[in-house]
Amino acid sequence: MHKHSRRLLRGIGLVCALALGATACGGSDDGGSGPKNVSESDVRAALEKGGTLTVWAWEPTLKEVAADFEKEHPGVEVNLVNAGTGNDQYKALQNAMSAKKGVPDVAQVEYYAMGQYALTKQLTDLTGFGAGKLADQYSPGPWNGVKAGGEGVYGLPMDSGPMALFYNKKVFDRHGIEVPTTWDEYVDAARALRKADPKAYITNDAGDAGFATSLLWQAGSRPYTVDGTEVRIDFSDEGAKKYTGTWQKLLDEKLVAPVTSWSDEWYKGLGDGTIATLAIGAWMPANLASGVKDTAGDWRVAPLPQWEAGAEASAENGGSALTLPELGGNEALAYAFVEYATAGKGVDTRVEGGAFPATTAQLNSREFQDTKFPYFGGQQVNKIFAESAANVADDWSYLPYQVYANSIFNDTVGKAYISDTTLAEGLKAWQDASVEYGNEQGFTVEK
Amino acid sequence: MTTLQPPVAAGPRPAPPPARRDRRSWTGWGFLGPFVAVFALVFLAPIVYSLYLSLFRDQLIGGTTFVGLDNYQQALRDERFWAALGRVSLFLCVQVPVMLGIALLVALALDSGRLYGRNFFRVSVFLPYAVPAVVATLMWSYMYGTRFGLVGDLNDALGLSLPDPLSPGLVLASIGNIVTWEFVGYNMLIFYSALRVVPHSLYEAAEIDGAGQIRVITAIKLPAIRGALVIATIFSIIGSFQLFNEPSVMQKLAPNAITTDYTPNFYTYSLSFSGQQHNYSATVAIVMGLITMVIAYVVQLRGMRKGV
Amino acid sequence: MTTTVTPAAPGPAASPSGASRSVPRLRTPRRGHTAGRPRRSVLLTVLTGLVLLYSLVPLVWLLISATKTQEGLSRSFGLWFDGDFALWDNITETFTYADGVFTRWLLNTVLYVVVGAGGATFLAVLGGYALAKFDFPGRRAVLAVVIGAVAVPGTALAVPTFLMFSAMGLTNTPWAVIIPSLISPFGLYLMWVFAGEAIPTELLEAARIDGAGEVRTFFTVALPLLAPGIVTVSLFTMVATWNNYFLPLIMIKDPDWYPLTLGLNSWNAQAETAGGQPVFHLVVTGSLITIVPLVAAFLLLQKYWQSGLAAGSVKE
Repeated sequence: MHKHSRRLLRGIGLVCALALGATACGGSDDGGSGPKNVSESDVRAALEKGGTLTVWAWEPTLKEVAADFEKEHPGVEVNLVNAGTGNDQYKALQNAMSAKKGVPDVAQVEYYAMGQYALTKQLTDLTGFGAGKLADQYSPGPWNGVKAGGEGVYGLPMDSGPMALFYNKKVFDRHGIEVPTTWDEYVDAARALRKADPKAYITNDAGDAGFATSLLWQAGSRPYTVDGTEVRIDFSDEGAKKYTGTWQKLLDEKLVAPVTSWSDEWYKGLGDGTIATLAIGAWMPANLASGVKDTAGDWRVAPLPQWEAGAEASAENGGSALTLPELGGNEALAYAFVEYATAGKGVDTRVEGGAFPATTAQLNSREFQDTKFPYFGGQQVNKIFAESAANVADDWSYLPYQVYANSIFNDTVGKAYISDTTLAEGLKAWQDASVEYGNEQGFTVEK
Repeated sequence: MTTLQPPVAAGPRPAPPPARRDRRSWTGWGFLGPFVAVFALVFLAPIVYSLYLSLFRDQLIGGTTFVGLDNYQQALRDERFWAALGRVSLFLCVQVPVMLGIALLVALALDSGRLYGRNFFRVSVFLPYAVPAVVATLMWSYMYGTRFGLVGDLNDALGLSLPDPLSPGLVLASIGNIVTWEFVGYNMLIFYSALRVVPHSLYEAAEIDGAGQIRVITAIKLPAIRGALVIATIFSIIGSFQLFNEPSVMQKLAPNAITTDYTPNFYTYSLSFSGQQHNYSATVAIVMGLITMVIAYVVQLRGMRKGV
Repeated sequence: MTTTVTPAAPGPAASPSGASRSVPRLRTPRRGHTAGRPRRSVLLTVLTGLVLLYSLVPLVWLLISATKTQEGLSRSFGLWFDGDFALWDNITETFTYADGVFTRWLLNTVLYVVVGAGGATFLAVLGGYALAKFDFPGRRAVLAVVIGAVAVPGTALAVPTFLMFSAMGLTNTPWAVIIPSLISPFGLYLMWVFAGEAIPTELLEAARIDGAGEVRTFFTVALPLLAPGIVTVSLFTMVATWNNYFLPLIMIKDPDWYPLTLGLNSWNAQAETAGGQPVFHLVVTGSLITIVPLVAAFLLLQKYWQSGLAAGSVKE
């Protein structure tokens, strides 16, 4: 029996060894070698030659852009794949990169997530493609995003989310509440609304890392300082105090609905007036129009409430770029598509489809700003968004591992939403956990 | 992987020996070979690979280094891991008895022949098993809503103030409810099938002895299906320890109550997919696998020894 | 590990002539066990009815929700109908939305089930037969190894599996879903027990003496006797494959190869992105359509699979 068992084990071992041998080639990442140089004529040649491009993106308007691009360049086929939204796609991308197989030629990446890929040289630096000279075409926030805290340009900004306050005018009018212009007024409005209608909330917030960092950004807090692999994390500056002071009141007095954004319940709340405002990115109109049809005509847009009366600070919320993963192929062709979609004709197609651009030409154009939105009772909401875009401070940076940090936001700051922990304590816990992870991953992180 | 569905596993109990042992040769391997080959590819090779991975540490900055058993030491000291294990242990101690208890009672009721519409009962109770875990969780999550869901509707209609099933104190129970719903019918069917083949003669003997219903159940039926009970318990232990689908879907709705280290399996998932800590994730998985095996083995030994 | 466990009761399994028991008895498990029909009990029916209610209410919710429009879902009480009855519209829209990709997902799922669950059943039958009817080196180790492997949480193995499959060029192909589906440890266990019961060793010996090879003996003698067990195992593997979610999620990125579960999830996630269109009504209707074939299979095959299961548990 013994001998036989050993033989069996050896047999299994062999199978495993075969399998392992096959994987051995899919191991650690490789270091990139300086920016590549791809000239305009290379790009033109690639377009004439044609080929197939694989694009991973979840942005719905790209479908039409891809079709137009194929029409314009008959030899090119764009294989547009929705590999998941946000995090799900990053997981897939990371897997493909580890396996060094199946990496797309173009990938949509949100600004907050770019740092990690840029730092580990998993995204192509587009400086050598001449991307640097496009700097003026984009508004400051998104351009800062694609630079990911370094010198290179790791993608071209596709959309942006300068923040504004969306509010249900009907609810405000019914209860005679003024639209807040500062966050203090916002708290007062929240109290008044709750008093007038116990079922209604000024907004929903169940703890959202993207939202919290955007408000910190607007409040002037700069919790993350990144210089290569040297990182500092500090949630105790003045800006952070402003944010926690105000937001703590909303939580303590239970003035915000504990509903997760994007859930079925959230859409319902937006539709029945129990969630009265949203401080969110300028890409929101399309979602309202398609997801909350019943309240067409009730909603309006106002500038984001300020931390100090009379100020004009804003921040970005969401937004993403199109990037060229280092392990993808067809670089010249991929760049041609990315440029077409983010700086060329594709932008107009996308704006028509309801996307919010990152390009100043569109943002400042008469036609764009004068568009009247029937959903917002004919309001020219783009004027407010464009102004917000211009007011975004461009010195914000995310962590080079923000995707991970955001994933533990609810483990730490989330405690403030469900227990006696304060927001400030929650942020401290988030800071500690982020520092610990950073150090484990080989960064030098200070508090 | 298939291991995410609790009842896929077989109990760690060897089935009866072959009827004849006179053909001890390699012929059997010819038939078992295909299964073993695929099994080695999809189960054993990844486990061996994970064992290998667990000896290394990979950093975003600095690359991969050999660290020996450091990861295991870290796992043994990892409060998040032990807290997660504690949570699923609590789940196991409460949910599994409730689920198996209900399943057993329904099986006994069906078997008693005293129900109206037995076939309808049998099929209906089993139906939830056909619903994918993801869909089941979405359905229940909807009903749990205190604002727009069924709980909210009930509160409004009856003037109740039912607590929020997704609040931190109740969310584990709410998950337990979903799992119970999914698998009561499945376990019921295993018990019921076992009951159906209890030999006729035993009941006749009991009738002659004038034994009551309860006595028949405790003295004849339960001992007769003890094997099925043990197997179902072992499946349920593995299922509880690998709890993942339900909390991961519900996390979107209760992000603060369900942390990324809520269950050991969820923790390994977060380590691997959010934190890129593949090596440590593999370590935690192996430790968890060992613990599961030991417990399943103990249950099997105890369950089988009692009264045999 | 302990070897064999006999039931406390002298059931059929422990009868001396166990191996040569006639097969038809397995196919038709005995009906009621008391001589006369037992008295029906209203109380017991009502009590069991509570469990029934518990089992069915969520399904009723699904059924009712499938009759509502996207707006109707938001505004109406969950367990009652909304003003407009949109079930047929929803079904039509489910099948036509996004160029009818739902049909593609449905066909993919059918492919995965036919090849994956079919293959899993076949492997389990072969393996179970071997374990029950042959003695060979390493036989005892098989189950221990299988259980040990199953006890390791699958989520952590996903990345290693992905890397291996990727190196073999299998990711993003149907094989990435099918190959892992081929293993059903529970199926192997059931077939082991069932084959031990259902196939009299004497029959095999007779076939061998007649000069039939092992393969022919298996197909002509053993396989027909295993039919009820095969139905049972294939139902379990079918459910597992039909509802498979996590592994395809990691392996398949091309929506053209999605199974239904992944496709529905992607529709659900559509509401979570800028510019995305919430289609919860299609998710609900799609979910309903997803479980209908399984329910139908349960109902159609119930006679067979219950007898298979019964034999599986008789040895417990």
